[in-house]
Amino acid sequence: MQHDYQLEKRRFVIGGLVVLILLIYIGRLFQLQVIDDNWEQMSVDNAFYTRIVYPSRGLIYDRNGQLLVDNEPAYDLVVTMRNVKDLDTLDFCQTLGITKEYFIARMKKIRNTRGYSSYTQQTFASQLSGYDYGILQERLYRYRGFEIVPRTVRQYKIPIAPLIMGNIREVSPKEIEKDPYYMRGDYVGDLGVERSYETYLRGVKGKEILYRDAHGRVQGHYAGGAYDIQPVSGHNLTLSIDANLQAYAESLMVNKVGAVVAIEPKTGEVLCAVSAPTFDPRLLVGRQRGKNYSELYKTPFKPLFDRAVSATYPPGSTFKPTQGLIGLQEGAITPNTLFPCHHGFHLGSFKLGCHGHPSPLPLIPAIATSCNGYFCGTLMNILNDRRRYPTIQDAFEKWKNYMVSMGYGYPLGIDIPNEKRGFIPNNQFYNKAFKTEAWKTINIISISIGQGEIMATPLQIANLGATIANRGWFYTPHVVHAIQDTLLPDTFSVKRKTLIDTRWYDYIVEGMRGAVTGGTCRKASLDVKGIEVCGKTGTAQNPHGKDHSVFMGFAPMDDPKIAICVFVEQGGFGATYGVPIGSLVMEKYLTGSISPSRQYLEDAMLNGNTMQFMDAKNYR
Amino acid sequence: MSNYFKSFDWVTLVMYLILVFAGWLTIHAASYNLEDPDISIFDFSRPSGKQIVWIALSVFLVVLILVTDSKFFITYAPVIYTLMMILLLATIFIGTNINGSHSWIKIGAFSIQPAEFGKFSTALMLAWLFNTYNFKLTRPSNFLRAVLIIIVPVILIILQRETGSALVYFSLVLLFYRQGMSGIILWLGFSMVLIFVLGIRYSIDIATGDPSLFGQELVLSIIPFLVVLMFVFYLEDYYSAFKLGIISAAVLIAGGLIIRYLPPYLPEPYAGLFVKYATYRNMALLLSIYSALYTLWHYLLSRYLPYLWVALIGLFFIGWLFLCHAAFNKLEDHQRTRIEVLLGIKQDLKGAGYNVNQAKIAIGSGGFLGKGYLQGTQTKLSYVPEQETDFIFCTVGEEKGFLGSSLLVLLYMALILRLIWLAERQRTVFAQIYGYCVASIFAFHVFINVGMVIGLVPVIGIPLPFFSYGGSGLWSFTILLFIFLKLDMSRIDSY
Repeated sequence: MQHDYQLEKRRFVIGGLVVLILLIYIGRLFQLQVIDDNWEQMSVDNAFYTRIVYPSRGLIYDRNGQLLVDNEPAYDLVVTMRNVKDLDTLDFCQTLGITKEYFIARMKKIRNTRGYSSYTQQTFASQLSGYDYGILQERLYRYRGFEIVPRTVRQYKIPIAPLIMGNIREVSPKEIEKDPYYMRGDYVGDLGVERSYETYLRGVKGKEILYRDAHGRVQGHYAGGAYDIQPVSGHNLTLSIDANLQAYAESLMVNKVGAVVAIEPKTGEVLCAVSAPTFDPRLLVGRQRGKNYSELYKTPFKPLFDRAVSATYPPGSTFKPTQGLIGLQEGAITPNTLFPCHHGFHLGSFKLGCHGHPSPLPLIPAIATSCNGYFCGTLMNILNDRRRYPTIQDAFEKWKNYMVSMGYGYPLGIDIPNEKRGFIPNNQFYNKAFKTEAWKTINIISISIGQGEIMATPLQIANLGATIANRGWFYTPHVVHAIQDTLLPDTFSVKRKTLIDTRWYDYIVEGMRGAVTGGTCRKASLDVKGIEVCGKTGTAQNPHGKDHSVFMGFAPMDDPKIAICVFVEQGGFGATYGVPIGSLVMEKYLTGSISPSRQYLEDAMLNGNTMQFMDAKNYR
Repeated sequence: MSNYFKSFDWVTLVMYLILVFAGWLTIHAASYNLEDPDISIFDFSRPSGKQIVWIALSVFLVVLILVTDSKFFITYAPVIYTLMMILLLATIFIGTNINGSHSWIKIGAFSIQPAEFGKFSTALMLAWLFNTYNFKLTRPSNFLRAVLIIIVPVILIILQRETGSALVYFSLVLLFYRQGMSGIILWLGFSMVLIFVLGIRYSIDIATGDPSLFGQELVLSIIPFLVVLMFVFYLEDYYSAFKLGIISAAVLIAGGLIIRYLPPYLPEPYAGLFVKYATYRNMALLLSIYSALYTLWHYLLSRYLPYLWVALIGLFFIGWLFLCHAAFNKLEDHQRTRIEVLLGIKQDLKGAGYNVNQAKIAIGSGGFLGKGYLQGTQTKLSYVPEQETDFIFCTVGEEKGFLGSSLLVLLYMALILRLIWLAERQRTVFAQIYGYCVASIFAFHVFINVGMVIGLVPVIGIPLPFFSYGGSGLWSFTILLFIFLKLDMSRIDSY
């Protein structure tokens, strides 16, 4: 064989080429495997699929251990767009009982939702019935990309107190942004304790880490499930609400607009809180929720508006005890101070009317007969004594502080959403309103009888009843008695004292007892030995129509177990609706039944209809 | 007899055994099922189990080859080649249709791919041709005959619609180069690919997707230096190379600065005209043309023909750049997309780029040490396509990391260099040519297969020698290699 040395050199070119290319490859491998660090995450994203396991939501019981809200299985149909392949649309639509147009529109809507991703599950249909689920389950293998996710929906055992219990709905995009716990399609509490105790009720989601192959099929648990997390069930709630009492009070409020709030004075626990008109909480469950919600929203007298805590009304004469208390505490009056009242309060040309009763009167009968003149005089004494306060502003500031200490002017802090603060004016308000600091007591005298600028929620009025029953202190009202395995928020166990000494309350209690035994609240007297009811009526003037009928009371006098406020819009005199309803609810709670002698009152209240005379247009 | 074994190249055998064994383990890993960890590597219903059978049959083939007299291969090369070409022809008609490809023949439960066996027969035939009396590759008639031997199987395999396998035969140009083919042809090919890649890659601004002149500017700045390289290595005219290099560098730097900073100092309307016509691209174009004319001038002075060739090649490069652009814009959309994806201009992870992207995820996620044997998720959960055959390197990358995969590449490098070294030590033309064929074919398979899964070359479906699952491939590479080892063993006899 001949040798051509010129050509033999070429083996180095060839060998060099091989070495060069393979070294470039090794460099590339170094780049991919050692320098770049995003491939790792991409392979994790590919292979691992985290499936959320939903915990069961906490149940809700009433104060007697009666189950109010239960969980019921439901099934959501979800779709992962990326995995949808070869779908027989016609077959799918037939199975679900939907039209092709609906299917197309629904898919389009899912794609256009904020935060949409073709890689994640999107809800195609929520809360399928057991029947639909059965049919779908059998055929599901035909529809790649679709899956059924078991969920639970709420089941209401007793259709009461929709605004206390609240309900659940799909979480909104805003809430997802605010709280990373939530994901699209999760449920969240809406209204009532479902909302305010959401973090207790929802529990903790668990997760399963699964292998998923290139076709999106789940291939099993990663590491045999070693990294899976079990869900933690939500805490059960025991409400302080007495379901029977709530149901009874709701029945008395049928065909009326207003609220009934009853509080256990010793604990601040709310025994019932009715907002009338009410509705069936079961309307807000399941696939019809959206439709029903918007219908309720449009219903006259707004049943979704919680009148117990969100409505603010002039408290009327139920306000008078607070004025008596401030007068006594300030030394502006004594229990024996007399004010004349000749069918009203007269000062110069000013006149504020009153009804017929003996005159002049001391404090106790003035409360029992709800004398306007007496409390106008009391406010004059409080604000006009320049020896104690150099200006009316200083005096009024003091007055406002007393009111705030009694729970007025600010939200009390009850554990259901949307509580309103009502309104207690202060100096700045009047300085501004009168455009001068030189205003006089006579200009604002109507606040002494709970009119004028004063506004309060039924909850605040009931809380006043509890404060008087306790002779000067209260606990923040709350509707939850206990949370399973954990403590109630501290705020509900802090005693809040008013700025009024206990001894002054005894005179007010005596006056309110007098109102029942021989004053404005005689209908509140129970035909039961040993239960002494105390009460105060109110007839709140209403510029839009007939006066509102109000009652504030508690019983028994010396061992109070219940304090109550009844507010019936356009119900006329306090004695017409407020007193009967309030006393019936107290009787029911204290004795468990209504005595035969008071049966006529119950019938009258059950059949009473104030709604028919009201103009629903004002409430839309 | 001891002499007989001493002359056998044990080093290559050891590398062969390591590759086959590692390949077998990797096939098991690639087809492993995470949900069923008790699957046996010996399960005959699965690829790793079947591969044992192919390996056992390979041993049989090895023994058969080693006991055959090496003169048999030399004498019967034309017969083997002819029979194999007839088989390849027949396969077009009797081959089973698998995804449009007709390259597989079914015999009972087994399928074989004749195209794989075309390689060793073509190599034998080429060796035989070079071994004929008075053969010189530089003689056109001889060159044509050599090309013909390669072209016949290429055409037959393309007709079977197995373009990837057909491309392998082009690797034999390395052999031609070794045997005297002008290096300028390789150089031309390399330069054309470089111009195409750079010209197209930078013809689009990736950030905005707008057309960009940067590709042309870049290539036109490089062409003068390609000419300089030809002055150095081909013309060996170092003085002119130095002069042209200095001029080109000076023009590009000075011209670039002037174009960038002069216009504000020019009065109108000259500034406008300057900005319009005195662009960097135009300057680089003129410089490229100048470099060709410079060479042509040398030809006219010296009348030495190679100067003319270099001048023409320089002009051809310029034309080639514009031709590439014109042709690229005329391509169908899906073809253009494939090229754009390969060049990294576009990402198309759902379509053309999906397989390579998943392969890169598999390899990249392996990190330095890998996820561990049987722990890869990319391959086991079917994200990587063809994970037991063409994409098997992904499993190595994912489970054995940079350490394992670079070691494997180094092992292939060692094998190929060993084969070149063995080929160079042959004393017969036949054995030397055959050895180069084997080295070229292995090199091509490794370049394409590994380059494909790491995203450096286009996706061409050819197996990784000894690693990829499949009987035809394993046997074909085994026959190819051991015929050479047999020829190498017999080199002592050829004195």
